[in-house]
Amino acid sequence: MALDASLLSPRRLAARLTEGIDAPLFTIALALSLLGLATLFSATMENPARLTAQVANLGVALIAMWMVSRIPPQTLMRFAVPAYLAGVALLVAVALYGDRVNNAQRWLHVGVTRFQPSEVMKLALPLALAWYFHHRETAPRLRDFAFAGLLFIVPVLLIARQPDLGTAVLVAAVGFYVIFFAGVGWKLLTALGVLGAASLFPLWGMLHEYQRKRILTLIDPTQDPLGAGYHTIQSTIAVGSGGLTGKGWLHGTQTHLEFIPEGHTDFIFAVFSEEFGLAGNVLLLVLYALLIGRGLMIAANAATVFARLLAAAITLMFFTYAFVNMGMVAGILPVVGVPLPFISYGGTALLTLFVGIGILMSVHRHRRLVQT
Amino acid sequence: MRTATEIKDHERELYYFQLRVGFAGFAVLAAFALLFARLFHLQVVQHEAYASKAEENRISIVPIAPNRGLILDRNGVVLARNYSAYTLEIFPAKVKDLERTIAELGEVVDVQAKDRSRFKKLLAETRNAESLPIRTRLSDEEVARFAANRYRFPGVEIKARLFRQYPHGAVASHVVGYIGRINPRDKVNLEKLGVEANYRGTDFIGKSGLEASYQKELHGTTGFEQVEIDAGGRGIRTLARTSAQAGNNVTLTLDIRLQEVAEAAFGERRGALVAIEPSTGGVLAFVSKPGFDPNLFVDGIDAQSWKELNDSPDRPLNNRAIAGIYPPGSTFKPFMAMAALELGKRNFNSGIRDPGYFEFGGRRFHDSKRGGHGYVNLYDSIVKSSDTFYYILANDLGIDAIAGYLKNFGFGARSGIDLEGEAKGVLPSPEWKKERFSKPEQQKWYAGETISIGIGQGYNAYTPMQLALATATLAAEGHMYRPRLVAHVDNLRTGERRHIEPVLASRVALKPENVEFVKRAMAGVNKEGTGARAFAGALYTSGGKTGTAQVVGLKQGEKYDEKKVAERHRDHSLYVVFAPLESPKIALMVIVENGGFGARAAAPIARTVLDYYLLGKLPEPAAKPAPGKGKPAAEEEEEESD
Repeated sequence: MALDASLLSPRRLAARLTEGIDAPLFTIALALSLLGLATLFSATMENPARLTAQVANLGVALIAMWMVSRIPPQTLMRFAVPAYLAGVALLVAVALYGDRVNNAQRWLHVGVTRFQPSEVMKLALPLALAWYFHHRETAPRLRDFAFAGLLFIVPVLLIARQPDLGTAVLVAAVGFYVIFFAGVGWKLLTALGVLGAASLFPLWGMLHEYQRKRILTLIDPTQDPLGAGYHTIQSTIAVGSGGLTGKGWLHGTQTHLEFIPEGHTDFIFAVFSEEFGLAGNVLLLVLYALLIGRGLMIAANAATVFARLLAAAITLMFFTYAFVNMGMVAGILPVVGVPLPFISYGGTALLTLFVGIGILMSVHRHRRLVQT
Repeated sequence: MRTATEIKDHERELYYFQLRVGFAGFAVLAAFALLFARLFHLQVVQHEAYASKAEENRISIVPIAPNRGLILDRNGVVLARNYSAYTLEIFPAKVKDLERTIAELGEVVDVQAKDRSRFKKLLAETRNAESLPIRTRLSDEEVARFAANRYRFPGVEIKARLFRQYPHGAVASHVVGYIGRINPRDKVNLEKLGVEANYRGTDFIGKSGLEASYQKELHGTTGFEQVEIDAGGRGIRTLARTSAQAGNNVTLTLDIRLQEVAEAAFGERRGALVAIEPSTGGVLAFVSKPGFDPNLFVDGIDAQSWKELNDSPDRPLNNRAIAGIYPPGSTFKPFMAMAALELGKRNFNSGIRDPGYFEFGGRRFHDSKRGGHGYVNLYDSIVKSSDTFYYILANDLGIDAIAGYLKNFGFGARSGIDLEGEAKGVLPSPEWKKERFSKPEQQKWYAGETISIGIGQGYNAYTPMQLALATATLAAEGHMYRPRLVAHVDNLRTGERRHIEPVLASRVALKPENVEFVKRAMAGVNKEGTGARAFAGALYTSGGKTGTAQVVGLKQGEKYDEKKVAERHRDHSLYVVFAPLESPKIALMVIVENGGFGARAAAPIARTVLDYYLLGKLPEPAAKPAPGKGKPAAEEEEEESD
């Protein structure tokens, strides 16, 4: 191998290092992240340490993306089952030994740091499901979907009972996407939809008091203006008062008078909307649409069943993040703890997102050589 | 190759997959269109309405911190209270150049180096936008001067804040403890408990003593105020208000006057004293000397005071009464005698001839009295404090029986007192040794090690609290009440009073005649034995036992000579006592570190405390004869057989 030569020539070295990086995906994700940093700067003026921390998080996430993009899907497939089993084991460990924060048991101590195992499941579940469908000899039958459903319901229930409704919704969605793309019949899908709607009633009884309150206040936020409705009322005012072009960067009154709770995490879209207006929101929607479009394109051209299911599911996970978060801030979806992808403050979420981007890049790099 | 066949086999499947991808693409676009419609509706159609709402959005919710509950002694004397004072506070986020602002503030009010370093420390610790104090407790003149110069300092404000004050200073400092600013670690703990919402607006939290262990009671409930604010975020008027509920008052079983008498009796000496009411477990006095001034901690202790306290060889921050562990010395003997009687190894008439030593395994264990006490029976063994008697007894009982029986009196277990940081002590046993050491040769229990256990030496190590509790249990004929400092907790708003009821932690089955015998022997100690001099002329009956604990081990045959030993290596002086003999009202334990013989240093302190508690008699000031001067030789001899 011409290892020496490649090391000697900086240009070739650069080419080698970036060969797995998909330029469109990278550009869009980076643009979103930079918009995020600008918004975060405004949201955390009082505490600049958050911004530096997020820059560091971004650095780590980019390195992770680069590393994952170099792993071929075949190799990723080998991680599918162990990652899934480890993820479930960790969720059980959290249920048994986890730390309680805000009355929810989500965190697990590992040495000096702690993390949320539910975050691992966001990628481990689609990996496992894609692996499962990849290994079916025939076209998947009802039995296969039933088994896939089992693989999917266990972690979702474990996360929902922590309780962490936001993450449970995301994990459930991403699992559902794999099953959908694996070709579950429309009839079955419709039946499941009806069944799901019917199960809402018993499910209502299982919800925690605060979760019910959130859904009720969505219907009428003014019911509880200082409690559960406060978030929604204040974030809607922030969005609406932003107008067409916004109040300008660093000039959001809702933000800077501290009316927006969690302005740097789940409600950062309210800050963005207030300061950049509808124009900014359109830019954001276009960026997300481009990202999703590129992801779906990669999925459509993937080489194997595993790769295409994984790529499509991850792409739609980005969509779910964005839609649920923006919908929540705009007051059309209940308040669940889902961050705005690439924008919200938080290291773990950013890492998951960029690892997802890395997987898409890897799938793209190993796409089908023969076009049909 | 493989790819090609797979495509061929699954062409149809791929076609369906791509159809679904197309469907998903449309779904995404539809969802985004819906979002856009909603955003358009909010930001264009209803923009005017929301813009004016944002303009009118002037209601801010401000937490009101509750007043911290008071700590009172059993007679209602205030031990910890609050007072209001002005502080000068900076909002770091609203100040451009902190250094310059602080320097300029120094021209208006007195800002010292320690104020600056405290501010910097707080700045580094705080995460959220809060105002941080640069100066606390401003004088009226300083307040007036700042008010006149206020225009120069945007982002700097004067606030009225409540401060904690401990009017008795160092007295009972280890009981009351102190509060300090909530630090990041406290915040994590509050989050774990799920109570962080109730701490919005609260800056301080109990850090030690009762301030820490009764934090939940003392804190209260945070109130909230809806305040109308102007565009700059300044409050204009209050719209609605949910008052804060002050924390509960905590009243102790401790008597602060008794405490003062006890602490004064120690003078400059180091040590501890615990006095318990045997019938309830209520703690009457709780001394750990030296103490410290808890007022120093209230708004962040300055580096120099901290260094002094922390580096002092006297270790004033160490709560000796529950965290210090000491060999009990001869104060262990009444409990050994109790074990011997209850386990049937000795009777009231058992006696030995004491030659001044006990020989075991080729080694001589010496009595502290050279030549021995002659014929010694069980009664004499306590009154005269014969070591030889207990060497032999320990050997006869064996380590398992000793450890098994004495744990009934609470030796080697935490007493469960309502303070944090209690040590467990060591009740030696073969199991303990196995756990304590890792090397196999160290894990083995040697029969020779049992001998000195009998006189309260060897591995024996207990907290003063454990010895006081054991004495109280003996005094109460086997009723062991869990020691506690708090008598009742009062909610001032509802007037509700919650009594902390005595808890019978265990009931040691003791034969009445055996208890009677040991108590009589302990009474003998104060009448005709090693405690007689300290209790000469006492107007009440009492039962006591002196003790002297070796700090450094002596080589075989070496004679301890106080004058030759460095002060810190001198023996500890101990004394346990209960009084009156018939129905004991108080049981106490005193230790004076490096105080020498138990009868000399510790017993007089106990006498002073008992005189005050039982007779209301205050000690006479001064007129204390210097130890060892002008004493008859015979008495000296008597003392040394301790």
